[in-house]
Amino acid sequence: MVLEATLRGIRLVGDRTLRIVERIGATVAFLVMTLVHSATSFRRFDLVIREIFFAGVQSLIIILVSGLFVGMVLGLQGHETLQNYGSEQSVGVLVALSLVRELGPVVAALLFASRAGSAITAEIGLMKATEQLSAMEMMAINPIARVVAPRFWGGVISMPLLAMLFSAMGIIGGFLVAVVLIGVDDGAFWSQMQAAVDFRHDIVNGIIKSLVFGVAVSAIATFEGYEAPPTAEGVSGATTRTVVSSSLAILALDLVLTAFMLKGWN
Amino acid sequence: MTNLVEISNLNFGYGSRLVLKGINLAVPKGSLVAIMGLSGCGKTTLLRLIGGQLRARDGTVTVAGQRLNDMSQGELYALRRRLGMLFQFGALFTDLSVYDNVAFQMREHTQLPESVIRDLTLMKLNAVGLRGVQSLMPSEMSGGMARRVALARATALDPELILYDEPFAGLDPISLGVIGQLIRRLNDALGATSVLVTHDVQESLKIVDYVYFVSEGVIVAQGTPDQIRASTLPFVHQFIWGEADGPMPFHYPARTMSDDLGMREA
Amino acid sequence: MERSTLNLWVGVFVLLGFFAFLVLAFKVGNLSAGGNGTTYTLIAHFDNIGQLKERAPVRSAGVLVGRVKSVRFDPVHYNAEVQMAIDTKFPFPKDTSASVLTSGILGEQYIGLDAGGDEKMLKDGDEIKLVQGAVVLERLIGQFLFNKAQDSGADKGAQK
Repeated sequence: MVLEATLRGIRLVGDRTLRIVERIGATVAFLVMTLVHSATSFRRFDLVIREIFFAGVQSLIIILVSGLFVGMVLGLQGHETLQNYGSEQSVGVLVALSLVRELGPVVAALLFASRAGSAITAEIGLMKATEQLSAMEMMAINPIARVVAPRFWGGVISMPLLAMLFSAMGIIGGFLVAVVLIGVDDGAFWSQMQAAVDFRHDIVNGIIKSLVFGVAVSAIATFEGYEAPPTAEGVSGATTRTVVSSSLAILALDLVLTAFMLKGWN
Repeated sequence: MTNLVEISNLNFGYGSRLVLKGINLAVPKGSLVAIMGLSGCGKTTLLRLIGGQLRARDGTVTVAGQRLNDMSQGELYALRRRLGMLFQFGALFTDLSVYDNVAFQMREHTQLPESVIRDLTLMKLNAVGLRGVQSLMPSEMSGGMARRVALARATALDPELILYDEPFAGLDPISLGVIGQLIRRLNDALGATSVLVTHDVQESLKIVDYVYFVSEGVIVAQGTPDQIRASTLPFVHQFIWGEADGPMPFHYPARTMSDDLGMREA
Repeated sequence: MERSTLNLWVGVFVLLGFFAFLVLAFKVGNLSAGGNGTTYTLIAHFDNIGQLKERAPVRSAGVLVGRVKSVRFDPVHYNAEVQMAIDTKFPFPKDTSASVLTSGILGEQYIGLDAGGDEKMLKDGDEIKLVQGAVVLERLIGQFLFNKAQDSGADKGAQK
């Protein structure tokens, strides 16, 4: 009895694991397919511009506002803690490094996944449910080239821009709190920041991270939409899965990327 | 008269369940042929096989003299350019205006200048009597109007073969008559050949040249509309006059009532 | 949406993004210091580098002139070999000395360069011969205790 229950439990774990691995594999295969059919997106870039509008421009407000708030909180908390060590002037360093290296790419990507990723999934899923994708295929137009690839590239291009805007906005927020509100010395704030933040190792690495996140979120969002069961529950389930899987993927990839970046790539 | 579509000895199934069994069917050039049957009898599957969305493993499907069974994606797409299809609920692209929907294939497949596309698009819309709605979005139209726009889109590139998947589903009687007349008129005006999948007997018998009756994956009857109306086959009779019980039983096959309710004979 | 408004918005978005990039690069990062211009490499061997890490600053007279490129153990001499990338704008004479220093008592460690008076300048790949390793606090304390207890013949175990 007990043995049987244990076996059943282990089997369940195995089954779940296999299914997750399968899903990751399918997403990667779909990503490769999207890349293969990307020629149209670059030949007719107006298709991508449209998607940059929906993915990027429409996420601007939430990204800018969140960035400002996160930066302000960092400024407050950082000042509070650093004060104990008598180095409140390093608050600029703390704000800038946490934003540029981690929070900018990661939080912007999480927001992007829930704002734009879910929208992409829902849109493609509904196009499938209402046979728009089949219709396109019957017109001898490949829906991956015409519908999926432009949305994928729109997301990939938007993500780093949004992450940089998030970081820049956050630093402004930190500046407002630390310098304008609390009265940390203006010069020390910026000069310590500039001395500590390295262009190649902090800023470029942050942009690389956001690019990777952009690829991951866009691939997951398009895949989930394209593979969604063509029903109302199917599409809503796919939208949820996009947000959950994207968030997990962002955090897992962040760990891997950070480990490599801190240790160097060799 | 040559046949544009020919199906011989076709068996098709999803998994192990056979949906179509030993289908033989021919659609002469220039004619309007209906495939009728109950919901779920396999007639939509048949249409998908003709459009190449599904591939036959057993038997052959020939369209315009080309065998579809083992066509490459490229060959299939080349063939589909000579095909038009009207989906069940129109499947208009919801992110494009009526005008852009009809112009879609011209823009994707031809190098025509925008002025020519404009003239052609307006002509197509005029043919379905909807030149006045060109700037509306699909969501702003009634179901009947959307269906007519979809018809204009399906015939945009003057296809040789037009496939209709339940063109009458969910329409009010007036729209229904309009669509029926349009299907007949467009077929004759374009010199095209049409295959119509429907369960709307009265409307389709008015316009088609020949009818195939499908029941449980088998062609059970065929003939001209007059022959069908006069048919004494019990199934056809039940279908045409819409009788609740007959050879097609009201009850889905099940255990006996007394078994299900747990009644035992003492 | 009208095509031109769409393009306008996307244009604004991309420009904003680039502006953010420039702010990050020049206002937040060190790109404005020309820190990422061309560099030349100098090598120095230290007995002990303390907590010195890659990318630690190299300063001369307190001004940033380069960064530590790599730190590795030299199995021949049994000491630490440090490679430094120095900005080509700052040539140093042959008899420059390098020492591992600490900013503040508990701050990060960096390399300080003190220029000598030689006419000849160090070239790419040259080694700095005059070096002073990191001051290890434990040893300093040990030394102090050792000196104090010298008459009583204290054992060297206290150094550990």
